[in-house]
Parts: sequence; C-alpha cells; structure tokens
Amino acid sequence: MALARVKRLPSRPVILLLQVAVLVGFFLLWHVLTATKILSPFFFGTPLAVLERTWSDFASGVIWYHLGITLLETALAFAIGTIAGIAFGFWFARAPLVSIVFDPYIKAVNALPRVVLAPIFALWLGLGIWSKVALGVTLVFFIVFFNVYQGVKEVSPVVLANAKMLGASNRHLFRHVYLPSALSWVFSSLHTAVGFAMVGAVVGEYLGSAAGLGYRIHQAEGVFDTVGVFSGMLVLTIFVVVIDAVVTVIEKRLLHWRPQEAQTTNAQG
Amino acid sequence: MSDSAAVAAALRTEGADKAALRLDGVTCTFPSPDGRGHTYTAVQGVTLSVAAGEFVSIVGPTGSGKSTILNVAAGLLAPSAGRALAFGQPVDGINPHAGYMFQADALMPWKSALENVAAGLEFRGVPRREAEERARPWLARVGLDRFGDRYPHQLSGGMRKRVALAQTLIVDPKIVLMDEPFSALDIQTRQLMENELLDLWSADRKSVVFITHDLEEAISMSDRVLVLSAGPGARLIGEYRVDLERPRDVAEIRMTPRFLDLHREIWGQLREEVLKGYAQTKLT
Repeated sequence: MALARVKRLPSRPVILLLQVAVLVGFFLLWHVLTATKILSPFFFGTPLAVLERTWSDFASGVIWYHLGITLLETALAFAIGTIAGIAFGFWFARAPLVSIVFDPYIKAVNALPRVVLAPIFALWLGLGIWSKVALGVTLVFFIVFFNVYQGVKEVSPVVLANAKMLGASNRHLFRHVYLPSALSWVFSSLHTAVGFAMVGAVVGEYLGSAAGLGYRIHQAEGVFDTVGVFSGMLVLTIFVVVIDAVVTVIEKRLLHWRPQEAQTTNAQG
Repeated sequence: MSDSAAVAAALRTEGADKAALRLDGVTCTFPSPDGRGHTYTAVQGVTLSVAAGEFVSIVGPTGSGKSTILNVAAGLLAPSAGRALAFGQPVDGINPHAGYMFQADALMPWKSALENVAAGLEFRGVPRREAEERARPWLARVGLDRFGDRYPHQLSGGMRKRVALAQTLIVDPKIVLMDEPFSALDIQTRQLMENELLDLWSADRKSVVFITHDLEEAISMSDRVLVLSAGPGARLIGEYRVDLERPRDVAEIRMTPRFLDLHREIWGQLREEVLKGYAQTKLT
C-alpha cells in the first residue's frame, strides 16, 4: 500500500545554498551585462566597482559615522514613536469618548503621506537629527498606536473576568492583562515599525541633512556617481537585514509564550 | 419599622447568616441584540441559597441563563432586580468570597502555568517569589508539578483545566462557582477531573455552585440539584436532594440503583424543558 506522499521541501543547507545562488546569479548577470557594454557602466555601475567602493568605505571608516547617525535617528524615532503609541493607544482604548471624537482626525492624519512633512520638520527642527527623528516618529506612532488600541480592545473578556475574580485591581489588570496583550500586538508589528523608523530617517536625510546614509546616497546622485549610489543602497540593505535579525531575536525572547505557528492561543474557545 | 427593615430582620433570623450564598428574586434583563429597544429576560425571579460547605448543581437546557446566575453570584453582573448576598453581605462589585472557574479557557496566555496559579496571590499583595513558592504545591496537587514552566498553549485541554482549578482554589475562596468547567474535555479526562475535584473539595469543604447541562455529572457530584426551566425568563422549577454516600467515585456511582432512581426522577422534569429549549433554538 502506498502511503500518502507529502511534498517535502529540501533541507535547510540546500535552501541556503539556493538563496546564495540567486544572489551570485544576480551579481554575475549584472557583471556580464555591464562588462559586455549591453548596459552602460556609467548608468548601471559595475558590481565589482560597487563592492570595492563599499569595502573601501568600511575600511577607511567614513561610512561608520554615517551609519551611526542613521542608526541613532532610527532608534530615537522608534523609541519615541513606540512609547507615544502605547500611551495614546491605551488612553484611546480605555476612553471611548476620546476615541470617537478623535477618530476622523486620526484617520485623516494617518492617510496623509508623511513625506510631505519632511520639509516642514526641517524648517522647524533644523537640518540635524531631530527633523529626521520627527519624521520617523510620525510613521512609527500610528502603527504602534493602532496595534495597541486593537490589543487593548481585543483582550479576551473571559481572561479579564478571571483576573478580576482572582482579585486584580485596576493597576494589576493593566500590568498583568492589558499590557501583555497590547505588547503582543506591538511586537507583531515590530518589524514594520522598525522599518518605518528607518524609512523616516533615510528619507529625512535624503531631503536635507549633513550626515547619514540618505545623505551619502543623495550626494552620490548629485554628482552622477552611480557606483556611490549603489554602494549606499548596498550598505542600507545590509543595515536593514542586520536590524531585522536583531528584532527577530528580541521578538523571540519577549513572545516566548506565544504558539509558534498559529496566532491565536485559544485552541478550544 | 419599615418593610425593608422587617424583611432584612426576617432574613437574618431565618438563617441568612448561615447561607454562604443567597440569591433573592434575581431577574436579569438585557437589551436585545437587534438594538431596537427590545429586551430579553434571561432569568426571572431566581431565589436560591447555598449553605457553607454544600455542593449544589444547577442543570438546565442550553440557553437557560445558567451562566447569568453565576455571573450575578460572582458580582460580575448586577441583576436588574433582586440581589445577591454572600455570608449575609450584599454583593456589590466583585464578590470577594467567590472563586470562579470559567467554561472557556481563562488562563493568562502570557503567563506560565506556575505564574498563572500564583497570580491570585500576587494580586493580593504576596511578593512574586513567595507567591510562586506557594503555587508549587498547588500545581503538585493537581498533578502538574513538572509542567510549571509550560505556557497554556503548550498544555492539553485537561491540563489547562487543572491549572485553572489550582488557580481558583489557591486564594482559598469560601464559595467556588464553576461554569461547565469540564464540558470541553473528553469523557475519560472528564471523570478523572470530577473525581479530583471531589477529592479536593472533601479535603476542605467549600460551598460549590456547579453549572452543567449534564445531569449525570450533576447528580454524581452534588448534595443538591436545582433544575432551571428553558429560557427566556428561566426560573428554578425543581430541587432534588442527592442522598448518595460520600466519598463517591463518579464512574461507579452511576451504576447504583439510587442514582438511577434520582436520574429518572429529575430527567422526567428536565426532559420537557430541554425539548422546549430545543424547539426555541429551532424557531430562531
């Protein structure tokens, strides 16, 4: 008798190998196309030049300063946006009148493309890091805000009633029920929030600054230095991948109580 | 002397002080879900009292407002009319004498089994370390000493119920309210849990109000079975004393002639209500 066949994915190392192959293939194609002049190296750069530039930037240490600035802006935007989002999310979820009155305005502001605010922030806060932080905050805040609001609203009424019966005061309910529930929503949006914090920082730098990865890319574009632009993008990509990995580690640590596969914890309602 | 004062005095002399829990003409009316000002009366004029150390079951068809009665007793729901008294004191807000074991999973999913059991103590101001130390023997008592650091989603349905039982009992409530606590379990696990509950209860007799739709479960566990009519406006329509010997084994006692007599007698009354309740669910 034949057993039912489950289609199985190849093992982890094989997948990793395939993933690396895609990367190598991409660079190879790029190299061949520019080396044979099918694509002009002036407009498209060459992978070797880009790698070499990136390497020399790291080796000489110039890039570290800019990376540091962008990282600082990202971290500040993320921290401020998250704290404000949690505070307002709680307030709105616990005060129905406030949430109803402000609802259309929150939606309106959230619908606004935040990039248009960048020049205003530059005007108000100058060309230093704070105008970039402000832009990042406007992006991060709403993601966290909506998630906390949802998290507080969606606390299981049974869990809540149970905690009350066990003698929880309002302060206990906040610490032991509302906050963990809301945080699980915040963490599920952590990747998006960190990503947006960085978008805020880089776009802000791009539009007007004196330091940061966005500034580097903008400078390179200004002098038609395509190799510099691609090198900047490469550094930015590495930066994002590293931050994302860090977030994944933090997420795993803080949400270890959650089932790995499913989102819900109530298997049998 | 005013009427209400006279009633209060009468209640006191009548032994209201002795009753661990007393419901006086409790009626609960809710706004109808259609939101057009219609109302729905779940329970009507329910009066009952549970003595200290007594195990009382309430049976009734689905949708007869059994949980509503429990919520009033717990102080989670204020009745539209009537009142609840715990040891002679009117229940206003959460009933401090009551522990509540819910039908659905009510454990905090972000706390481990041990932390969940310790939660009640922590809420009462016991330092975390000490609360967890005191929770350990409780976990052992429900047979989960090796599972303290598991999270609810890592436990089976039966294990979660055990944790919930330890969580409810650790704060030593004088009244334990149980809302179909074992209805989600398979029959074997369920009988094990029922026996465990009886063991725990006989070691330290608390007043128990046990809600179930399973008549066999009700008879095999309780001192008294109350029958609730089909909703809406469910009323208490029957009261049966269960004079079976203790200690009991819930599986074995079901074979005894006395059990079968009681079952026949109560089922005779319950059956009609179940049919009524069934007809109603078909109508809507």
